[in-house]
Amino acid sequence: MSVLAFAEQRGGALRSSAFETLTAGRELADALGVELIAVLLGPAGLAAETGKLGSYGADRVLTGFSDAFAEYAPESYTELVAKAAQEAGAKAVLFAASAQGKDLAPRAAARLKAGLASDVTEVRVADGRVVAVRPAYAGKVFMRVGFIGEPAMLSVRPRAYKAVEAPRDARVEELAVGGDVAGRTKVRAAEGEAKERPDVAEAEIVVSGGRGLGSPDNWKLLEELADALGSGAGLGASRAVVDAGWRPHGEQVGQTGKVVAPPLYFAFGISGAIQHLAGMQTAGCIVAVNKDPEAPIFKIADYGIVGDALEVLPRLIEEIKRPRS
Amino acid sequence: MRIIVCVKRVPDSESRIAKAKDGLSVDTQGVKFVLNPYDEYAVEEALKLKEAAGDGSVSVITLGGEESKETLRTALAMGVDEAVLLKGQPSVDGLGTAEKLAEAIKGREYDLVLFGKQAIDDDNLQVPAMVAELLGLPCATVVTELQVDGGAVTATREVEGGHEIVEFELPGLIAAQKGLNEPRYPSLKGIMQAKKKPLEEVDAGDAESRLEVVEVMNPPVRAAGQIVGEGADAVPELVRKLRDEAKVI
Ligand SMILES: Cc1cc2nc3c(=O)[nH]c(=O)nc-3n(C[C@H](O)[C@H](O)[C@H](O)COP(=O)(O)OP(=O)(O)OC[C@H]3O[C@@H](n4cnc5c(N)ncnc54)[C@H](O)[C@@H]3O)c2cc1C
Ligand SMILES: Nc1ncnc2c1ncn2[C@@H]1O[C@H](COP(=O)(O)O)[C@@H](O)[C@H]1O
Repeated sequence: MSVLAFAEQRGGALRSSAFETLTAGRELADALGVELIAVLLGPAGLAAETGKLGSYGADRVLTGFSDAFAEYAPESYTELVAKAAQEAGAKAVLFAASAQGKDLAPRAAARLKAGLASDVTEVRVADGRVVAVRPAYAGKVFMRVGFIGEPAMLSVRPRAYKAVEAPRDARVEELAVGGDVAGRTKVRAAEGEAKERPDVAEAEIVVSGGRGLGSPDNWKLLEELADALGSGAGLGASRAVVDAGWRPHGEQVGQTGKVVAPPLYFAFGISGAIQHLAGMQTAGCIVAVNKDPEAPIFKIADYGIVGDALEVLPRLIEEIKRPRS
Repeated sequence: MRIIVCVKRVPDSESRIAKAKDGLSVDTQGVKFVLNPYDEYAVEEALKLKEAAGDGSVSVITLGGEESKETLRTALAMGVDEAVLLKGQPSVDGLGTAEKLAEAIKGREYDLVLFGKQAIDDDNLQVPAMVAELLGLPCATVVTELQVDGGAVTATREVEGGHEIVEFELPGLIAAQKGLNEPRYPSLKGIMQAKKKPLEEVDAGDAESRLEVVEVMNPPVRAAGQIVGEGADAVPELVRKLRDEAKVI
């Protein structure tokens, strides 16, 4: 018996969410008294990375390498994960609630005829059964759900678990990868999208802007602040500015955007509509800058500055950059 | 092009949702229900594809109670040709619902099945990929751009920090993300016509749940914090608090 954790890679590199998934998996495996198996699918170059999976708690690593796995291959991934889960007698199978995990986990659950809890923030064992906590209604409520039947399928919300090292000498075994791995669904990366900042859902610090910033040109101030805060900072936006075409939809935070829970969230010129709050109210620390002292965002902000964001931002950038005395 | 769109009735995103007295469900008293916003993109895309093809049909299917007829009528008023109500309760997880939908879809003729990427009540993000798996069809989820050229589908899907291009041959499935299109509003004429369009009812029975809700909790209440000050002059104090008090930078 075992717990399986799907270790996600993209472009031949493990993603940070892979280690968070392993950490959640390790806790669960310990609670159930079973081993933790990492499943790693990707191009052959990834063989060098298997040691890292042992460092984060995997007792065993099952690898499936193919050149066709440089990109996500939904049908083959489903096949391999489902087979691994069956053969290992998995009591639980964990994925990151990432773009790939949210596509793969439901497919694997359907294949295994098992229940899936999406976007879980916590998973534990109570009275011998796996129980998970997950947000619903865009985080307006949280639900504690228990699994009926096995395996328990889970996708773990980014940043809900902090990756913790738990070193082991993981045994590496190869999964038999079939002939036609490409499948009917062909996936390739879009061209010309150089990514330099973490995605808003995965960032440690989110710097968000709303209509109050006045124009898309003013985003250079948000970019400068994010740069000053370090490589873990990502950009977010309200729906108003996404709808206006100022920012890409991928940055939208809220009920119809992304639900984020970073340790630090900045809201510049965002009023704090209920749909926006739903997407960020579980952030660790919220800072709001708004001209209007009555703006609803101040009702949930830990720290507020009443004022013009365009005046506050340059000063804030300067202050963050200044070496500490 | 024969297109089936799966739609769900959900509480309006404006509604205040809190746990009900039983602690096992949410209080929906006084809540306004709407067609799931992501499903509006799916319906719009279906109508556009049919219009571009110059022929074909668009049907909508939902698994739900009697009250879901209202949601189906909204889709009919937008221009959908026919609607099917699978009478029964959706499951807590996505699989039971997907099984009921897959069963209903299997018996019908279609080239493309469209979904919203997510229902904004359960936020499961599961049903579309599960239906694809159950029907053995190719599928792209979280799609922001779609091209259908004869039988060839090219979909752009959102991933962290960018996009992926997904290609497959029809028949297949697509789950719509915001950005795909601008959904039309039902016109007065559409609303009148909707009343005369076919609405089939099938006793589907309740979907099997493989998860059970043990407890519903309200999120921790966030107490209002402090106003550090006004304007740029408050910045040094803010930075000090972020460093020394909250210890987040
Ligand atoms: C179905 C549905 C789903 C939705 N989903 C989302 C969602 O996912 N995410 C989301 O964000 N919204 C969502 N919304 C929209 C939401 O209701 C609000 O309209 C939106 O969040 C407002 O964006 P905003 O705060 O940028 O703009 P506004 O509400 O216009 O607020 C601008 C704020 O900036 C302040 N301001 C103006 N000038 C300055 C200045 N110079 N310096 C500082 N402050 C200034 C103003 O005081 C004001 O508070 C949704 C709505 C619906 C109906
Ligand atoms: N009860 C239902 N009836 C019809 N379609 C549904 C139902 N539940 C979910 N769907 C479809 O599946 C999508 C994703 O839902 P979910 O997996 O619940 O987040 C929705 O946007 C709908 O298109």
